[in-house]
Amino acid sequence: MNKPSNIQSASCADAPVLKERGQREVFCGLTGIIWLHRKMQDAFFLVVGSRTCAHLLQSAAGVMIFAEPRFGTAILEEKDLAGMADAHQELDREVARLLSRRPDIKQLFLVGSCPSEVIKLDLQRAAERLTEEHAPHVRVLNYSGSGIETTFTQGEDACLASMVPGLPKTDARELLLVGALPDVVEDQAIGLLSDMGIGPIRVLPAARADGAPGVGDNTVYALLQPFLGDTDAELSKRGAKAIRAPFPFGEEGTTAWLKAIADEFGVDEATFDRVTAAPRARARKAISQAAEALRGKSVFFFPDSQLEIPLARFLTRECGMEAIEVGAPYIHMGLVRPDLELMPAGPTISEGQDVDLQLDRARAARPDLTVCGLGLANPLEAEGLTTKWAIELVFTPVHFYEQAGDLAGLFSRPVRRKEILAV
Amino acid sequence: MKLTVWTYEGPPHVGAMRVATGMKGLHYVLHAPQGDTYADLLFTMIERRNHRPPVTYTTFQARDLGADTAYLFKDACRQAYERFKPEALIVGASCTAELIQDDPGGLAETMGLPVPVIALDLPSYSRKENFGTDETFYQLVRALAKPMERTARPTANIIGPTGLGFRHRDDVEELTGLLSEMGVDVNVVAPMGATPTDLTRLGAAHFNVLLYPEHAETAARYMEKELGQPFTKTVPIGVNATREFLAEVGEITGLDPKVDESRLRQPWWSKSVDSTYLTGKRVFVFGDATHVKASVRIAREEMGFEVVGLGCYNREFARDIRALGKEIGVPALISDDYLEVEKAIEDASPEMILGTQMERHIGKRLGIPCAVISAPVHVQDFPARYSPQVGFEGANVIFDTWIHPLVMGLEEHLLAMFREDFEFHDEAGPSHHGGHAPRPEERAHTGGQPPAPRDIEEPKSDNLGSDVMVWLADAEKELKKIPFFVRGKAKRNTEKYAAEKGMTQISKDTLYEAKAHYAR
Ligand code: SF4
Repeated sequence: MNKPSNIQSASCADAPVLKERGQREVFCGLTGIIWLHRKMQDAFFLVVGSRTCAHLLQSAAGVMIFAEPRFGTAILEEKDLAGMADAHQELDREVARLLSRRPDIKQLFLVGSCPSEVIKLDLQRAAERLTEEHAPHVRVLNYSGSGIETTFTQGEDACLASMVPGLPKTDARELLLVGALPDVVEDQAIGLLSDMGIGPIRVLPAARADGAPGVGDNTVYALLQPFLGDTDAELSKRGAKAIRAPFPFGEEGTTAWLKAIADEFGVDEATFDRVTAAPRARARKAISQAAEALRGKSVFFFPDSQLEIPLARFLTRECGMEAIEVGAPYIHMGLVRPDLELMPAGPTISEGQDVDLQLDRARAARPDLTVCGLGLANPLEAEGLTTKWAIELVFTPVHFYEQAGDLAGLFSRPVRRKEILAV
Repeated sequence: MKLTVWTYEGPPHVGAMRVATGMKGLHYVLHAPQGDTYADLLFTMIERRNHRPPVTYTTFQARDLGADTAYLFKDACRQAYERFKPEALIVGASCTAELIQDDPGGLAETMGLPVPVIALDLPSYSRKENFGTDETFYQLVRALAKPMERTARPTANIIGPTGLGFRHRDDVEELTGLLSEMGVDVNVVAPMGATPTDLTRLGAAHFNVLLYPEHAETAARYMEKELGQPFTKTVPIGVNATREFLAEVGEITGLDPKVDESRLRQPWWSKSVDSTYLTGKRVFVFGDATHVKASVRIAREEMGFEVVGLGCYNREFARDIRALGKEIGVPALISDDYLEVEKAIEDASPEMILGTQMERHIGKRLGIPCAVISAPVHVQDFPARYSPQVGFEGANVIFDTWIHPLVMGLEEHLLAMFREDFEFHDEAGPSHHGGHAPRPEERAHTGGQPPAPRDIEEPKSDNLGSDVMVWLADAEKELKKIPFFVRGKAKRNTEKYAAEKGMTQISKDTLYEAKAHYAR
């Protein structure tokens, strides 16, 4: 493993994790569809679920997409719950209708929900059957985004993991970047790595089905997001080799992440410095400006996107904040250890949630900034706390050098607002 | 199984949440998986509530399913009671919990909590949000309201307003003022703002004002039967409906229905010359049944619009809306399928839509202005200023809201006169709306190619039958001279006329023959 140079004697990696198993206030994995369908331009996400699932997607999307989106919900009705044979037939009919209306669709994801899981509707079997029926034009895959199994960003993990077994095999030595990032950010990452002479570089998920990367024993991959645990496991199963590093948030995270890849590909120091020096300097400058309002302030993370640990590392080490609690819905120790190792011990690291108890802790600590979900933000603001909605961190380009200043800005704006407003 | 892209209504437990969140001192324990907590953000973000909705979700997970989810539920109930000390609890299941059949009502009953526990049975796979509000409020009333002595002075309950309602906050204020001008005091407003204890006092009122039938009709009928309280049948949205409502209140109470109308400006605003441009505007009305009924009446009687299409998404009121359609000779669309509504609007090609936020998006796509008249709500539907729909101030607000998306009278004439002018071109849009992005097809024209002729009212003109109808060059040229805001209508009428005459080609003459034919 590629260890960062300046390890603290006692880091958060050694701290005990507070495990909570109470009531949660987080989205389910279906939510990932909102950004996945934008990224994969010939894919359709068909949730097999209830009116609640449809309503969740609509509420999370903010009803702001007025083109017909590439997702929908096949809402189970009473008659579907009565007999299983029926539900499969109904699904086949809805899929046939959808595909005839949308000939542009090349990949169809059947996405399981709580109701479809509870009634044990076998979507894998359905996907196999439908793939046969609609081959070679459309490939049908399935994964579960249900709230009884997945939390928010785990939906993306489940989706990408479902794609891995079907990726073509390759013996080429290629770098695979894993995670659905906005194109602008993805292009920056590829640009930096290419400038170091690293390549070929492939991305999962690809924008289109025919651009799907190959995978094999010579593939090395780097995760772009800390929540891709299942995808990570599936890629290992295919023989690919993981590059572990802190995640590319902020100047430090980006540099460490790039360095780990550069080392794997034998890039020399001089080349690495030549490629990164200018954007590093820009990122540092942008962060220091945006972070002025954050220095010396405290921050408290409610569990939401699983980005909490890398972001806490960024805020504490690059923006001068002090973390009180860093809560994550689920901690993949294997993936976030490099980030934890960089954070000096001190904050409570918590996994899972008991929302009322956690609210009590936040109220007692009165942090200068609370990072939380949309359901909690306004109530906490009304109690005088300053908040940052976590969901924006998932929808906004925040990775790599050129966005490092924006990332700091997302946190500093609410703090500055509090200082400016005089009503 | 039914494929749905956007929905007008959430599941029924969201309806129950709207009742619980509107009230005070009530807590809802909902057996549901973690993802269902998204519903909190409807209240905290869209409505900008400064409190979490009073809802405890059990958030069971897959690993709990094999073990004991019933225990989880009881635990959540106990903790919710201890932490929030509500005056009453409502308990129920979301769609997933309905499948695991833990019977929240039965479980809660065995716990011996020291407050009333009301079980909700909301079938998630057959009913929707409005059923949830209506049923939840009814169950609360059934459990808590008792016959009792009437107040000495004439009083009314205002029933129907909930959390996340379309202008409910301001409607209640306006209505309270109207009633008080007539000499009627408000006994209880419910569910919004009421505590469970307040609900026990419902029986003291002389009658009920059923403000939103979607949310309280079952309760109104129950109270009529069990507590002997009549309820009002007219929803006071619009000038004429408000006057009719006041007359109804007069009949129930024996009070004089005359109230001060000096603040009412809408009738003169409709009659003043600038509003001539509103006359005969073709509108499509879609939303919840109550607001559609009110809007159709305002559109026809108080604005002088022509209603060319109407419908509602809540099936419970299909009969009323169909009857209304029959009465005005327009077929009614009862559908919660967004695509079907879009199709109907496209076919009717109105000059304006009175709809929900969904229709606002449809309007954007089709290039038709839209004013919002009904839930489902959006953050824009919770303005900071006072803007009721009910009563005389409501009528003023509605006038302003409806004309806002339109190009105003005088401006419309200027646009027609100077339509070749670079600033007054067809796409300038209403001048009070600020920046207008170029239309996408406009942006696509590059490389010196002249922009193709385009019809602002019919970006999808191939859907209007012109694929079988050929416009000759002279007719097409003439058509372009017609001001853009009537061009769509002219085109449609000409094609219809030509089709009736069995023609397949349209010449300049056909255009003017059709114009003469349809002259009014
Ligand atoms: S938690 Fe389950 S039932 Fe609720 S929206 Fe998510 S998948 Fe659907």
